[in-house]
Order: sequence, then structure tokens, then C-alpha cells
Amino acid sequence: MLTTVGGKPLKEALAHAQSRAKRRAFLLVLPLLAFIVVSFIFPIGQMLYKSVSNTGFTISKDFGTGVSTPIMTNLAEWFEENPQGTDPDETAYAALAADLLVLRELKAPGQAGTRINYELSGSRSMFTKAARKAKKLAPPFKESIIDLDEDWADPSLWQAMRTASSAVTVNFYLAALDRKRADDGSVEMVPENRQVYVTLFKRTLILSLMITVICFFLAFPIAHLMATLPMRKSNLLMILVLLPFWTSLLVRTTSWMIVLQSQGVLNDAMVATGILADENRIQMMYNQTGTVIAMTHILLPFMVLPLYSVMSMINPSYVRAARSMGATSWTAFRRIYFPQTVPGIGAGALLVFILSVGYYITPALVGGADGQLISNLIAFHMTKSLNWSLAAALAAILLGAVLLLYWLYDRLIGIDNLKLG
Amino acid sequence: MALPTHASTLERVWHYTYLTICALIFLFLIAPILIVIPLSFNAEPYFTFTEKMLKFDPTGFSTRWYDLLLTFGMNEPDAVRDSSWWADAWNNAAWINAAKNSIIIGFFATVIATTLGTVAALGLSRPEMPGRRIIMAILISPMIVPIIITATGLFFFYSSISIQDWGIPYLGVILAHATLGIPFVIITVTATLVGFDHSLTRAAANMGASPARTFFKVQMPLILPGVISGALFAFVTSFDEVVVVLFVGGLDEQTIPRQMWNGIREQISPAILSVATILVIISIALLTVVELLRRRSEKLRGMSPQ
Repeated sequence: MLTTVGGKPLKEALAHAQSRAKRRAFLLVLPLLAFIVVSFIFPIGQMLYKSVSNTGFTISKDFGTGVSTPIMTNLAEWFEENPQGTDPDETAYAALAADLLVLRELKAPGQAGTRINYELSGSRSMFTKAARKAKKLAPPFKESIIDLDEDWADPSLWQAMRTASSAVTVNFYLAALDRKRADDGSVEMVPENRQVYVTLFKRTLILSLMITVICFFLAFPIAHLMATLPMRKSNLLMILVLLPFWTSLLVRTTSWMIVLQSQGVLNDAMVATGILADENRIQMMYNQTGTVIAMTHILLPFMVLPLYSVMSMINPSYVRAARSMGATSWTAFRRIYFPQTVPGIGAGALLVFILSVGYYITPALVGGADGQLISNLIAFHMTKSLNWSLAAALAAILLGAVLLLYWLYDRLIGIDNLKLG
Repeated sequence: MALPTHASTLERVWHYTYLTICALIFLFLIAPILIVIPLSFNAEPYFTFTEKMLKFDPTGFSTRWYDLLLTFGMNEPDAVRDSSWWADAWNNAAWINAAKNSIIIGFFATVIATTLGTVAALGLSRPEMPGRRIIMAILISPMIVPIIITATGLFFFYSSISIQDWGIPYLGVILAHATLGIPFVIITVTATLVGFDHSLTRAAANMGASPARTFFKVQMPLILPGVISGALFAFVTSFDEVVVVLFVGGLDEQTIPRQMWNGIREQISPAILSVATILVIISIALLTVVELLRRRSEKLRGMSPQ
């Protein structure tokens, strides 16, 4: 048996050295991995948790002292004892009255009402009003509560309270897909005039696809030109591609606003040269056109770079061989050159598509009303309507889509092949 | 791509059409960026070329928007421009403060991202690295995940640990920007390490150099160009980032992009164009540096362009 100088079997010594090298390599990566897990993976996990957690109607947190108190406990108990579809009886209303008293003491009727308001708009004020009068409520509670507001007898309100009283819910995902719980607990579409999210997901996909296709048609010719020119010239042209890449996103978006707006450079130039009459200036900004043009410009380098790196590796003698054997230049391009560029097209198209699906800044600034994408709606729910759970559910769906594409990218192209300039 | 002498008329026509198409696409890429430069010298508060500008009449041009950048937010913008005026500008001008914040945040985010990223890239490019593919995918993901999702997640995370009360200014934004910059560092540094000849480190070890000495004397000089361009990428990412700052930044943490964002959303004035011009000039400078570094790196590794 072969042994090392120390007398250990060689095989064992090699395995030992190998595992030490493995450990050493991993230790180098570990600090960064830990950093990313804490500063990136964990926060996103927390967001995903938020999209199913349902504490608005079950726990009240005092932000001054940090104490959490369970609320609506009596009602939750009643829901547990009585299955879906039971009509609320006197005991249910008694439980509600007891819970309203607790809400009043904790100063939390607004919070509980807001949670129900997500499902049934207009119900927040019912909670605040009823809690104000909670002390005066007397048996029979059913009559006295319905006396306050007859909407308390509404079956959809009781359905909303039932779903809100469990700590975990998929309702925000249902809402994010334009669906809701019917009064009997089954899933149904929301009325047509309130369906927004599915349309927006579709629009996001269609616009992203459009941007990807336009990027491809613009990137292919210039990548081909750069790949066939001598290095010195192609390096110069490369700078023209990389300069937009290095320029601030906000600067590029601003520039497009200036170029495209109705009193902007492009319209002015067309009016001045007489192509366009002054009164029918084209509206190219604050709509989908603006979003598509600006985003195409911003994402074009991500298509050009992978295409170029594939094209510059293609051996020109294949096309020459095809030509010498009698192929026309079109046939040679179609049958010989183009198939060899497909890996570059795949890489570029996937990258552009992934990036455009989640785009936020440009649509927010130049999109107007109909050029908004799904990211903008997430931001709206985060900053304006403050329905954070719905925002988290929308974000989770978008994240799922992006991760799927990312996985596909890794499978087909490999992340190692991502290049920047 | 030269046209062969035996090309037919059709091929000639196509060749020149093709070149024209390419020229137009390059124009599409570059014109919108360059157009802000002359417009930022507009004497009128318009976003288009006035007649005077087109005739190159000097009165059609002015630097008033640059001046506004400097004076906006000052206590006494109209005072005599002596040393106290400049002190006032340095302390109170909104854009100068935003620039200071941007540079501080960018600097620390870059330092964190570059240090951690370079060390990790060294590990990742070792052939014996276990689970390389999945770890690489995780480390690149901040670049792929939509920024709004990152910002939303960080918003919940930072408020649950109440990072604002820790007393370290900009901490939340710096950590977030470092995260966003890391993929760029990883990509550029691993790209430099791909062509790295590992027998060099073995040779150094063979001659008795410690691992640290090998790193600083052999590896570092060779990968330095990649590290610097990764750092520049990370800095630019931070310098240009607005969504995370809007979501998790404190009210006093105004940065240049945030200030621009507000300017564009509320009332867009040509002062925005002068900021844009300055940023374009900075990006041209950065691009030049990166391009020079790339050439140097190729030269070091014996791959010079013909």
C-alpha cells in the first residue's frame, strides 16, 4: 500500500487534504453568505410570512410599550365551535359585544375595523362606532348591535370576520388574484369593475415580452456589426453601448421625458420640419408608449452584451464555406449564422425579460395611468393604501415568477456566464 | 466588415442599409443621454431648444440652473459670495447635502461589498468549492430580484428590529446598498479569476510564502483591476439607487437620486437637467476608468487586443 512520509495511507491523506481544501474554500465564502442571508434572504422571508399572517384581527400591539394583547378572542371561539354557514345567533352577538368592549379598552377598534375593511369596504366605521357605544350594549345583544347599524347582520361581514379570526390566511393571495371568499366560504371572482390585479399581471407580462422582442431586434444588428468589425473599431462602438449602462437610471428616464413629452424635443423637431401639424402633437409620454420606449433603451445593453460575446466567438469560415458552396447570403445567414447565435439570444432575452417584469422606477415616472406595472401597484399598497399584507402577497407572486425565470436562466445559460461589459 | 469587391448591386444596397440601421440604433442609444447636456444651459425654463439656442445666440444660454443647484436651500442665497456664503452653501444647500449623503452611503456600501465580495469570489473560484452553483445563485440574486421586493422586505425587517433607533446614521441604507452591490463585485472578480493560473499560487507556496503573503504579493496584483471595477460598479449601484432609500431611509437621509426623484415627480425644473449633466460626466469618467482597467487586466494576463 502506498503511504505518505508520515506512514498514513495515501488515499486517506489525500481525502483529508481534499476536505481541508473544501472547508477552506467554504470559509472564504461564508462571511458573504451570512451577510446575504441576514440582509436579504431573511427580510424577504419575513415579507413572505407577512403575506399569510393575519394578525390585524387577532392581536393588538401597543407600540408604546410593545405589549401584544390578543383581541376578538370570544368571537374566534364562537367561530371555532360553529361551522361555516351557521347563522350568527345571540351567543355570537354576545361574543362580539364582549370583544368590542376589549377593543374599546385597548383603543384598537380602528385596527380591527381596518382589517375587515380590506375585505368589505365601509366596515371600518362600523367598528369604531360600535366600540364607542360598547358599554351601553345590553342583552339581547343581537337586537342592540343591529340597532347600531343594520349592516352588522350582513352575512358577508360575518364571513369576513370568520376568515380574519384565524392567524394564517390565503385571502391576500386570493385578493391578489382578483378573487375573494363568497359568503359560504367558497372562492369566487370579485365583481368585474374591481378586477385590477390579473389585468395588471397580464399587462406586465405583455409589455415585458414586447420590450424583450424590441430589444432583440435592436440589439441583433449592432451586436453583429461589433462582432465583425476589427477589435479597435468595435471597442469604440462598445463604449456607445456601455455609456448608457453606466449612466444613472434617473438621468436616462429624465432624458426620455424631455425627448418625448408633447412640448419636447422630438415633437418640436417634427413640427418644425413640417412632418406634424402643431395641433396634433403625438402624446408619447405618460402612457404605455413612454414606458416601452424608455425601458427598451434602459435594458438594451443587457441584450447587446451577451449577444456580442456569443457572436464574437462564431468562426466566420462557416459562413464563407456555405457561400462558397452556393448558398445565397440570406440562406447562409438563416441556416448557418443565426443558429449559432441562439445561446446569446436566449441569455439576453431571459435577462431582459427578468429585469423588465420587476421594473419600477421608469414606469412610475413615465408610465402615466396605463403604463404602470405590477411593481408600481406593490409600491402603491406599501406607501399609499397601507395594505401591507396585500402588497406582500403581490410581491410574493412576482417573486415566484422571477425566481422561476432565474432558475431557467441558471439551467440554460448558467449564472457564471453573466458578464458586465 | 468590408464589402467584398465581387458584391452584387443588391448586396451593396443591403450593406449600406444595414450600416444606416446600425447608425440609427446607436443614435437611439446615445442621443437621449447627450441631449440633456446642451439643454441644461437653457436660459429659459423650458425643456426644449429655444430659437436663440438653435442660432447659437449667447443670450440663449446661461448657467442659471447650475447656480440654482448651488443656492437651493441656502439661508442667504443672495448675499455677497464671500467665504461665509460658501460656508452657508456647504452646510445648507440641499443638493450639496444630498451629494454628501450619497458619497458617505456609497463609500461604506462599496467597502463592505468589495471586501466581502472579493474574499467570497476567491473561494468560489477554487475548484474544490462545495455547492458552488447554488451558492453562486444566492449571491447573485439581489441583482435579479425586483428592487421593489427587496425594498418591501427590508422595510418590514428594519422596522421589526427598529434599526433607526440604533443610533448609527445611514446604517440601514448602507447595508441594503452593500447587498445590492455584491453581485457586481462577484461577477467582475470571478471573471478576472477565470483566467487565473493557479500554478502561480502553488509556486509561491512551494517557495515558502505564507497564504497571506501569496495573496498580497501574487494574487492581489493580478486581480486588482477586476476588484476595482467591481468596486466602481458597486459604488455606481449605490449612487444611483432610489427605491430602497425611499422605503427605508430616514427623512434626513436625502441622496442625489432621491432628490432627483422628488424633483421629477413634483415640479420638474431644468435644474434637474444640470444634475443629470453632472451625472453623465461622472459616468463617462467612470466608464473610462473601467475600460482602462479592463485593458490593463488583459495585458497582465497576456491577452492584448490586436
